[in-house]
Amino acid sequence: MRKILIAGLAITGTAIGAIAYADNHISDAQKAAAVKARQAHMTLYAFNLGTLGGMAKEEIPYDAAAATAAADTIATLAQLPQSGYWLPGTDNGSMENTRALPAIWADGSDVGTKAGDLVTAATAMQTAAATDLDSLKAAMGPLGASCGGCHKGFRQPDE
Amino acid sequence: MKRIILILFIIGCVVAAIGLVITRPQRLQADALSGLTPDADRGRLVYAAMGCASCHMAPGSDDPTRLPGGKSFVTDFGTFYAPNISTDPEHGIGDWTDEQIATAVLRGTSPDNQHYFPVFPYGSYMRGDPSDVADLIAYLRLLEPDQTPSRDHDVGFPFNIRASLGGWKLLFANPDWIVTGDLTEEQERGRLLVEAMGHCGECHTPRNILGGMNTNDWLAGAAIPGQKGRTPDLRAPSLDWSAADIVAYLKTGLTPEYDSAGGEMVDVIANTSQLPDSDLSAIAAYLLVVGAN
Ligand code: HEC
Ligand code: HEC
Ligand code: HEC
Repeated sequence: MRKILIAGLAITGTAIGAIAYADNHISDAQKAAAVKARQAHMTLYAFNLGTLGGMAKEEIPYDAAAATAAADTIATLAQLPQSGYWLPGTDNGSMENTRALPAIWADGSDVGTKAGDLVTAATAMQTAAATDLDSLKAAMGPLGASCGGCHKGFRQPDE
Repeated sequence: MKRIILILFIIGCVVAAIGLVITRPQRLQADALSGLTPDADRGRLVYAAMGCASCHMAPGSDDPTRLPGGKSFVTDFGTFYAPNISTDPEHGIGDWTDEQIATAVLRGTSPDNQHYFPVFPYGSYMRGDPSDVADLIAYLRLLEPDQTPSRDHDVGFPFNIRASLGGWKLLFANPDWIVTGDLTEEQERGRLLVEAMGHCGECHTPRNILGGMNTNDWLAGAAIPGQKGRTPDLRAPSLDWSAADIVAYLKTGLTPEYDSAGGEMVDVIANTSQLPDSDLSAIAAYLLVVGAN
């Protein structure tokens, strides 16, 4: 147990060290690419939610297989490593074309908890989407709320 | 000469006194709540519709049943802090009468006849219905007491003079409806939910330099105090959403493009998502009328 803990701390420490080191060595082009990548990641959430939301609004017929595929994709995306594109120095105070707030990188930031909340809600949606339309509809609220939970404090409203 | 100064002084005092009389804090009529049978179950929905928890929860909390206050509001006039409105008799409002609570919400006047600052959105709430507020109070009385002391506002002279708020109320706090004319029953319900209870205009309507709402630009979108960015225009065709889109957004926070709401709208959706579909449809029906006007 202790060994695992120490190993874990070492990995985390290296990761933070790497980012801190990188902060001075990231080019503007790399930063711009990172912003694009995370926005694309977000766009994929929206795209897949579109399938589930269309069914919830009864704009398209409920289909358990299609709903499950969309829910699986969201859950998978939510669990991908993302530190590569949340680079320090890429907040909306430091560069253009991003709405990411500096609060993401501030001391005591709970952005990781918010990311975890999305995993929880997306996992619940996987079950609901496979069950029936009523379950899917009921799971839309918590899933949408988990996106909003992060956008609330970490993304600037438009304009 | 001395005489003239004395006369001017007396005239000045009379003018000031008349001013204070015209702008003196208003209370609810003594019988405003009599004959009502408050229903705490309905009150829970009123509480969600009026969004009390968004402001009176602890900063960063997700528990809408605990109301210790402490959230800060940065404005051009200074920083305000929401007070404790839990049932604690010492730090909260546990020992207030129903009339005192209802007068605070519907008139912006404290038990000792002081004006409240309009960050407390009584300018919207005053259009509301006393029977809803009676239900709300029955619900508030069921919530846990909390011993967190309220924090003093950080507001400098002259804005910290509560008596001067009487003039503000006279100019800008108007209990009349903004949208008038022939409305269906559903649109009227939506008007009550948007213009009064949900106080949507407080964030979505631009303000003048004195902090009063420009009701000519009702729901046209506004700057967000102390932050970059603006709240969106809610008038069609700027907001080109169907009624079903608006209902889905108020329930899940998801837009028709399946982006998700952010900023303070997330707190609003935590409240509206508890309302019955009929209320959300009423809000949508009303917003579509605002666009058409
Ligand atoms: C852990 C925090 C977090 C979570 C969880 C999250 N988002 Fe985001 N999202 C952000 C941030 C920060 C931005 C702004 C990124 C930028 O502009 O660089 C953003 C931007 C977006 C955008 C705009 C992308 C663009 O092209 O500018 C969309 C759409 C979006 N999110 C949808 C979602 C949806 C849908 C979910 C839930 C399934 C979700 N997000 C969950 C933090 C989050
Ligand atoms: C505390 C301030 C506040 C209040 C009160 C408020 N809103 Fe909002 N609203 C916002 C903000 C900020 C946004 C932008 C959200 C974002 O960044 O995604 C918004 C966005 C919206 C949108 C999305 C529009 C779009 O084009 O994306 C709608 C619809 C909306 N609000 C309706 C309402 C309604 C109806 C009410 C009253 C029940 C209300 N709002 C009350 C702050 C508020
Ligand atoms: C937009 C934020 C906001 C909302 C929403 C809000 N309040 Fe408040 N409230 C405040 C602020 C700020 C004050 C302090 C006003 C002052 O000191 O002049 C306040 C003061 C009060 C007071 C007076 C407390 C005291 O100790 O004198 C009461 C009672 C109260 N609110 C109840 C409510 C209720 C009930 C609701 C829902 C119907 C509500 N508030 C909604 C921000 C808000």
